[in-house]
Amino acid sequence: MKEKLEQLQSLALQEVGQAQTMQEINEIKIKYLGKKGPLTEVLRGMGGLSAEERPIIGKLANDVRETIGKEIAEKEEVLKGKEMEQQLKAEQIDVTLPGKPSLKGNRHPLTKIIEQIEDVFIGMGFEIAEGPEVEADYYNFEALNLPKEHPARDMQDSFYITDEILMRTHTSPVQIRTMLNKNGEVPVKIICPGKVYRRDDDDATHSHQFIQIEGLVVDKGIKMSDLKGILLNFAREMYGEDTKIRLRPSFFPFTEPSAEVDVSCMMCGGDGCRVCKNTGWIEILGAGMVHPKVLENAGYDSEKYSGFAFGLGIDRIALIKYGIEDIRNLYTNDLKFLKQFKRV
Amino acid sequence: MNVSYQWLKNYVDLHDISPQELAEKLTNSGIAVDVVEKVNVALDKVVVGYVLERERHPEADKLSICKVDVGEEDALQIICGASNVDKGQKVPVALVGAKLPDGTKIKKAKLRGVESIGMICSSSELGMNDKLLPKHKTEGILVLPEDSLIGSSIEPVLGFDDYVLELDLTPNRSDCLSMLGVAYEVAAILDRDVRIPENEIGDGVSNQHPVQIDIEAEQACKHYAARLIKNVQVMESPQWLQNRLIAAGIRPINNVVDITNFVMLEYGQPLHAFDYKKLDQPKIVVRLAKPEEKIVTLDDQERSLDDQMLLITDGVKPIAIAGVMGAANSEVTEQTTEILLESAYFDGFSVRRTSKKLGLRSEASLRFEKGVDPNRIYGALNRAAQLLKELAGGELVDVIVEDKKEVPSDTRILLRTSKVNEMLGTDLESEQIKSIMERLKFGIEEQDGEFNVVVPTRRQDISREIDLIEEVARLYGYDQIPATLPYGVYVQGGLTQKQKIRREIKNVLEGAGLQEVISYSFVSEKQLKTVKIEETDFRPITLSMPLSEERKYLRTSIIPNLLEVAQYNVNHNNPDIRIYELGTTFLSNEIHLTALPKEKMVIAGLITGALPTYWKKSNEAIDFYYVKGILENLLNELGINDAEYQPKVVEGFHPGRTAAISVEGEAIGILGQIHPEIQDRYDLTEAYAFEVDLTALWNQVNTEINYKTLPRYPAMQRDIAVVVDYDLEVDKLIRTIRTTGGEILENLQLFDVYVSEKLGLNKKSIAFSLTFRDQEKTLTDEEVTKVYNKILDALVTNYQAELRK
Ligand SMILES: [Zn+2]
Repeated sequence: MKEKLEQLQSLALQEVGQAQTMQEINEIKIKYLGKKGPLTEVLRGMGGLSAEERPIIGKLANDVRETIGKEIAEKEEVLKGKEMEQQLKAEQIDVTLPGKPSLKGNRHPLTKIIEQIEDVFIGMGFEIAEGPEVEADYYNFEALNLPKEHPARDMQDSFYITDEILMRTHTSPVQIRTMLNKNGEVPVKIICPGKVYRRDDDDATHSHQFIQIEGLVVDKGIKMSDLKGILLNFAREMYGEDTKIRLRPSFFPFTEPSAEVDVSCMMCGGDGCRVCKNTGWIEILGAGMVHPKVLENAGYDSEKYSGFAFGLGIDRIALIKYGIEDIRNLYTNDLKFLKQFKRV
Repeated sequence: MNVSYQWLKNYVDLHDISPQELAEKLTNSGIAVDVVEKVNVALDKVVVGYVLERERHPEADKLSICKVDVGEEDALQIICGASNVDKGQKVPVALVGAKLPDGTKIKKAKLRGVESIGMICSSSELGMNDKLLPKHKTEGILVLPEDSLIGSSIEPVLGFDDYVLELDLTPNRSDCLSMLGVAYEVAAILDRDVRIPENEIGDGVSNQHPVQIDIEAEQACKHYAARLIKNVQVMESPQWLQNRLIAAGIRPINNVVDITNFVMLEYGQPLHAFDYKKLDQPKIVVRLAKPEEKIVTLDDQERSLDDQMLLITDGVKPIAIAGVMGAANSEVTEQTTEILLESAYFDGFSVRRTSKKLGLRSEASLRFEKGVDPNRIYGALNRAAQLLKELAGGELVDVIVEDKKEVPSDTRILLRTSKVNEMLGTDLESEQIKSIMERLKFGIEEQDGEFNVVVPTRRQDISREIDLIEEVARLYGYDQIPATLPYGVYVQGGLTQKQKIRREIKNVLEGAGLQEVISYSFVSEKQLKTVKIEETDFRPITLSMPLSEERKYLRTSIIPNLLEVAQYNVNHNNPDIRIYELGTTFLSNEIHLTALPKEKMVIAGLITGALPTYWKKSNEAIDFYYVKGILENLLNELGINDAEYQPKVVEGFHPGRTAAISVEGEAIGILGQIHPEIQDRYDLTEAYAFEVDLTALWNQVNTEINYKTLPRYPAMQRDIAVVVDYDLEVDKLIRTIRTTGGEILENLQLFDVYVSEKLGLNKKSIAFSLTFRDQEKTLTDEEVTKVYNKILDALVTNYQAELRK
């Protein structure tokens, strides 16, 4: 018995040593350690042994089993490692080949700027109001202190559809609509972005359609200094902490006092460059205190309430910001142009 | 308005202010100065010469040899090619070393053997603008006034030593359309006095005048004053007067016309001179025109009038369109000796309407439109009379004759210090505010600690307290106003739900690779007719005066715009196009709009071309289902999971590849392939487009998130493949399976559509993978089989489906 077991062990170990593949090892495993294998047979035949011999042979058989099992396990490790190595080698790819292109569109540059400005004003407690692009003459002009035949209407040559209906020339009618909706309640704190239309022949700097954002604040005790403060905040959010603003007297029928607002040139920091025509300043806004007549037209007592309004042209801001040479590029929608505005 | 700096000096002391400094100060206080320019290019070494002798050049007929005194010891010999040069003339002479505006350097020269030292110049050689000169002055050499000082620089003689400030006036500041108005403004800025031109002619008005004046249209004319001047000699104006007009951009004509223009520039009051002898009777009647009444204006055009246009007549015939232009029949000519000079107050709206309707704008109409000062009617009339006396030898007949109705007078406005500070956020003292009013030469009347400001009629833009507050602000200085933040209740800003959704829609589409575009709302007829999505009867909205046929209508769909963008890109080497636009379309069912049209906010997209090139081949391609997937994904993002797609024929789309999209029975948009003919027209290959009406979508959007506990019991999977008629819409099968499957049918996935002759004629096989799960317990095989069989039965019964083995 003993010899038989020892012989079995050396035979098995020899086979394990020679095994080259996992499959061979598996076969060896079954052959020697399986239910029908020689070891099982030996153990089964133990009944014929004496009581003294039985534990000795039993232990030996177990030792043999363990030794073979251990050898097999070790060999398995080695072979697995080898197989994995082969597999990995076979699976090798050229990592320098380009990846699968994924598709991603982006916002139009005008939308990017609108959203940026919207977010700045939302941060200052503003809401966003909207209104129709086809407007009644009343909302577009008359309520804004621009009666028919007023010479100031020449400032905004407009596209009429009928005598009373036209394409809005600014987003100011939204201010009137918002105030009327508020029914005399305060505060009013809105910005109104949107397309506007003026009778201009399209060229590098003019477009018959463009985008404007107007702002309006109405409350008790609103002062011109507040207008200055809000616009300064806005300019700093848009163009950086060191930005300065400058107000120059101007005229709009719906505000008084009125101002043109310049910001210190974001290109040169105010030292003078091509963009600011060496003045150090860039005009970006029209603003002023809401004219008492406008407040009255919208149902607010102008003795009790006051407000300010401002408006800026998004197209112009885009042209300056990106150095775009022709406003028409914004509406031609050449994909080579649009794809350049991908970044946040 | 072009303001001559030298001229302005007549009215206000500017000895310590340069033209550039003045321009800056004006701009900072609200009168924007566009440019400051010298009247003419600087001319060095060009002097006044006196032609002593003129002889014909022996070798050339057209050349003259002149001896010219230029104030030096010896006269210069100069060859001149102009035919008008003559002995006894004063002329501009460019000396050797002079450089002319066109770059010519004057050197000693020999012309056909004769030495020439210098050059006698024409107006254009001096760099003068020929448009501002009478024709005879632009031909040949320029002849200077006889009293010009020989040898002196040409610059002061021709007014070249002056600067012009070009004002960009806002419509409210028409007071600055006059030299006096600008003088008042400058005086206010500098805190100085204004000098009004002196005049020895009094303001007397006569009732016994030989001329009678009648205003019949009181609405349009409140005051009409005139003077009769005899023995006038019409001739060229003195050089100083011509220089003033040229600096202001007005061409000198003759002394009478020039004087009226000069006074208009000085006082802002347009004047008109009639040839008195051409009047049929000594009468002026101011009346409205009759319908279709005709008049031939000074520019020899016949004008047809309407009954709202104001006319000046002599009681027999019209002799001027009031405030706009005179008639040819009463024009002042060289033969004129008697002048009736008009100075009137015409209504601005009336003049504006007339000049706009006739397309006739003049310096006069411009001023009337914006409002002239009613208190300068006499001043201007007398100033012109004085000048006609001095410069045209005129004799005044009697005093002023007039018809006068009610004209505006000075306004009194309460100005509260507290209100000024409340409005501006300043801390000004009463005295500071008063001093600003005094600088403006406004009157002040104290009243119980407050004060009234008396605003003269020259400032008709000021009618209420806020107007005065603005005056304070701009003269105090906008830069002196502090920067504060509004004090009050804090309000939370933010986007509305719809605004948030719109941004989300853009994010989703961009995530699917679509690029945002923004196009024009105005389209051509061709574009308008490309697609017709709206089913209800609507009419396109037309602009009443479009800029071009290309931009004549308001768009009713964005798809034609997207097609145009696609065409542009295809033709500019960008063949692979994935674009979207979120914008407005305009619809109305009225032919003539009486109400605002319906504005629909829509989202439209267009995809054509190929997917990006990838070296690993895949059979993914852009087709209907590719685009539908994008749209389905978008709708799912918005919480809309049950959109229905039904085949539909839509104008502009492929009839077999287009679907109407609806949610719970409400139409929200369309999706389909562009009609091949239209594709061709826009140079496109297979193109797919969609347009979804956001106004309809808002009702369907569901942004609420309903959390469900994760399932605790296992799911069971069964596949089912059926053979059905080729034409059967798969959506029907899906709906049937869903309904029949009931609650335990957790998911249904279509995984194969197979068409083959082996299946039979016009048949297709559709395969679904079905997932069953019960939220409460583990499903048994039998339970699932039961439902599975029910589904199969339903498919067999409803669609004659056969189970595919
Ligand atoms: Zn700069």
